[in-house]
Amino acid sequence: MLAPESTNPLQSNAELLVETRDMSLVFGRQTVLNRISISIPRGQTLAIIGESGCGKTMLLKSLVGLLKPTLGKIFFDGVDIHSLGDVELTKMRRRFGFVFQNAALFDSMTIGENVAFPMDQHGVPKGKNAQTLILDRLAEVGLPDAVVSKRPAQLSGGMRKRVGLARALILEPDLILYDEPTTGLDPIMSDVINELIMRTRRKYPVTSVMVTHDMLSAKKVADRIIMLYPFSRLIKGESQVIFDGTPDEIENTTDRRVRQFVRGEAGERLMEMRAARSESIGPGDLDTLKHFDARGEE
Amino acid sequence: MKTAARSLNSSGLTERIGQAARDLAMRCGNFAFDVISELGDIAIFASQILLWIVTARPKKGTLLPNFYAVGVLSLPVVALTGTFIGMVLANQSYTQFKNIGLESRLGAVINYSLVRELGPVLAATMLAGRVGSAMAAVLGTMRVTEQIDALISMGANPIHYLVVPRFLACVMLIPALTIMADFMGILGGYFYSVVLLGIDHSQYIRNSRDFVSGFDFFAGIFKSVFFGAIIAVVSCYRGFHCQAGAEGVGRAATAAFVLSFVLILILDLLLNILLDFVYLAIWPGGTTLF
Repeated sequence: MLAPESTNPLQSNAELLVETRDMSLVFGRQTVLNRISISIPRGQTLAIIGESGCGKTMLLKSLVGLLKPTLGKIFFDGVDIHSLGDVELTKMRRRFGFVFQNAALFDSMTIGENVAFPMDQHGVPKGKNAQTLILDRLAEVGLPDAVVSKRPAQLSGGMRKRVGLARALILEPDLILYDEPTTGLDPIMSDVINELIMRTRRKYPVTSVMVTHDMLSAKKVADRIIMLYPFSRLIKGESQVIFDGTPDEIENTTDRRVRQFVRGEAGERLMEMRAARSESIGPGDLDTLKHFDARGEE
Repeated sequence: MKTAARSLNSSGLTERIGQAARDLAMRCGNFAFDVISELGDIAIFASQILLWIVTARPKKGTLLPNFYAVGVLSLPVVALTGTFIGMVLANQSYTQFKNIGLESRLGAVINYSLVRELGPVLAATMLAGRVGSAMAAVLGTMRVTEQIDALISMGANPIHYLVVPRFLACVMLIPALTIMADFMGILGGYFYSVVLLGIDHSQYIRNSRDFVSGFDFFAGIFKSVFFGAIIAVVSCYRGFHCQAGAEGVGRAATAAFVLSFVLILILDLLLNILLDFVYLAIWPGGTTLF
């Protein structure tokens, strides 16, 4: 098996909070994740990058027990989370915060109720202090008190993401997971979200795992970057983690696939499109391919 | 030459027929496998709901909105359809009964059909269409927009939080809706028969009382509880297993209604057979097909 390009120096001595050991995830006949072993020390901000469909989000959801790995184990603070019963796992989930791609706010609730939801679930007493806490969390992500009584549908995409972040932070989790936090936002709002993630890390002793396509965001926010590659495209025996290193290291990587991703180049995908062209192609596709071909020859 | 070519053609045709038969057998096998595995999944889903009902109280604030949506909002439509079904029954039966001089028995036929069969099935059909599809669509949208994942990640069990209140609302309120459908149907049938067709009021009432027993009323209510459970389980299951996108949500809502309706009719037959056995066990002199 080929080793990842580099191992992170931060990983060696610090205490591990999350660890996956030979974790595989298979749906029917499709292998999404194959023998993934990652260790995440406390306090680290890890960005997981990779093209669409490579299993980044699946990996993120597996870390908090939303998906059960087909093989292998996932440890959180030394405990195999998939060996826990429902009650223990629910207790442990108090220590996780998850910021979903489209915020996943509950439509039927107000913003205040959404942010307070983890408190209700984990039996945190509500009262004046709880109300202050909700307003504080919303203020931390730059939202005014007036949004408390609004419904998610009344907010913009960026505001919903910030509410999602406030909800994830309400119980001060040990581990916070971000699923494509900047996707679908304008560059300014993306940077606002990046700043909030960095501010959160400065304010709370939180470990963060972020799945993203956005290289600007990954380089700005992360201490460490991991790149996953789709299992179906790997050379036999190769690790699915094709890069593991710091943001500086990824700039100087020698792996062609990592370089192409970082620079946003289509690379061999054009060859594949050309091969597919011979099988079935429409007039619109032909124009697109000619355009790509011309760029590739430049 | 011609014979050889014909023989080749014939063997090619046999091969094609064989291949088509194999394909058909494989498709049938896959279909049967899918149906059985889906029924198994639904059974597991239903057992999880029952387990949550007996092990934990419903979450605060989740029952009332569901009871309101299932019970209060369904009342007008159930009452309206019940009234018209009663009138249609009177309208359709009158000519047939008049030809054999039994129009005074119309009350017995209308009220027996309503209380035993049409009331519960009608209430269940309206519930499946109005509430079941909505449940599948809401839960499907929650699945697609990761709201169900969000619930789990925050320590809530989605079956306990989302399904149990809907299940309880359907099971507990469908008897009330059935009673409303029965009542309005009886009223509609009476109005059409007595007021519009001029059937004698006292004969209509006497015949109804003689032919419709308390057991028939019980049988209708008893069946409705199972229909309510089927609607909740199937609709929530469909919502939970919704495919991505708007099309997936639409398909989940449609499939929830179609599957609920088919299962309601199958269950109706099975429960009628069971209730006939019970009736015969209690009153051995009664008549039944089995």
